[in-house]
Amino acid sequence: MSQPSSRASLLAGARDTVPMLVGAAPFGMIFGALVGTTQLAPWQGQMMSLSVFAGSSQFIAIGLLAGQAGLGVIWLATLIVNLRHMLYAASLLPHVRHLPPRWRWLLGFLLTDETFAVVDSYYRQHPHAPQGHWYFLGSGLAMYLNWQCWTLVGLVFGAAFPQLQTLGLDFAMVVTFIAIVVPQLTRLPNFAAAVAAGSFAYLLKDWPYKLGLLIAISIGVGLGVLLTRLHNRAKTKRGLA
Amino acid sequence: MSATVTILGMAVITVFIKAIIFILGDRVVFSPMIRQALSFVPVTVLTAIIVPMVLAPQGQGLELNWHNPQLVAAIAAVIVCAATRQQLLTIMAGLAVFFGWQFWLG
Repeated sequence: MSQPSSRASLLAGARDTVPMLVGAAPFGMIFGALVGTTQLAPWQGQMMSLSVFAGSSQFIAIGLLAGQAGLGVIWLATLIVNLRHMLYAASLLPHVRHLPPRWRWLLGFLLTDETFAVVDSYYRQHPHAPQGHWYFLGSGLAMYLNWQCWTLVGLVFGAAFPQLQTLGLDFAMVVTFIAIVVPQLTRLPNFAAAVAAGSFAYLLKDWPYKLGLLIAISIGVGLGVLLTRLHNRAKTKRGLA
Repeated sequence: MSATVTILGMAVITVFIKAIIFILGDRVVFSPMIRQALSFVPVTVLTAIIVPMVLAPQGQGLELNWHNPQLVAAIAAVIVCAATRQQLLTIMAGLAVFFGWQFWLG
């Protein structure tokens, strides 16, 4: 079997990412429109999409900026929310380890939930694809360009209708997050972690610099880990009996 | 200006986290405990952000009543999402209830 060219791999990566592009579009647009509800100028909103390129942390930063959070809290939240990418990178590492550093930095920058899903499934089907990094690049670039376009559309939309803010446009973020969270609540530890994090976030909401938010997240994560461990232990015991 | 610094700081942190494993390779190893903890991050962060926005939308006290469109629409969105698992449908239904409820309350 002949190997596909680098160009063919690039295009294949972009093509296989098309469903993810459609899924990301409304989020990019909502993000762009929400920029108008903060003290950020439109160009700073686009700069965030260009330089940060991580949807959930961009949404969180917007929420925190609107709530007058401190710089340190925003950076810490960015760190925590993005940690999951390290798990993605660890599972893709065998396929990028041989590349020169500039390739590894570039693919790392372009790594997102969506590109991970597409590229991981590609590597599972083609474990020894010598042009796999071009496929990865194609998927990442497609997501990147898509995110920039929809951010811009949202920014223009938000600027054209400034009264959206008084209508409570920030509620778009709430429903967006609900759409992400609810499907994950089927497991009990996830459900308990979410309830704990939500309750403490409410109880501690008046702490300075949104520090209460970080405490609430820690309590939720701690409870989730505890319940998972108890559950696993009970399962092991049952298995032995 | 300070907003630009905030954004650039976020960019540096994000690029570092995304790329560091690719750069350092096998020198970084996660314990099962850390992996488990990370798996709870998205669900806790997103919930912690929205719950105060829904329960106290004016930033003051608790508003557990039908005059709170955020609360009514959030409940509707949760129900739609649990029933259909459709992200886009959930967002549209939540927004429709939110704006509709405000209009209806006048």
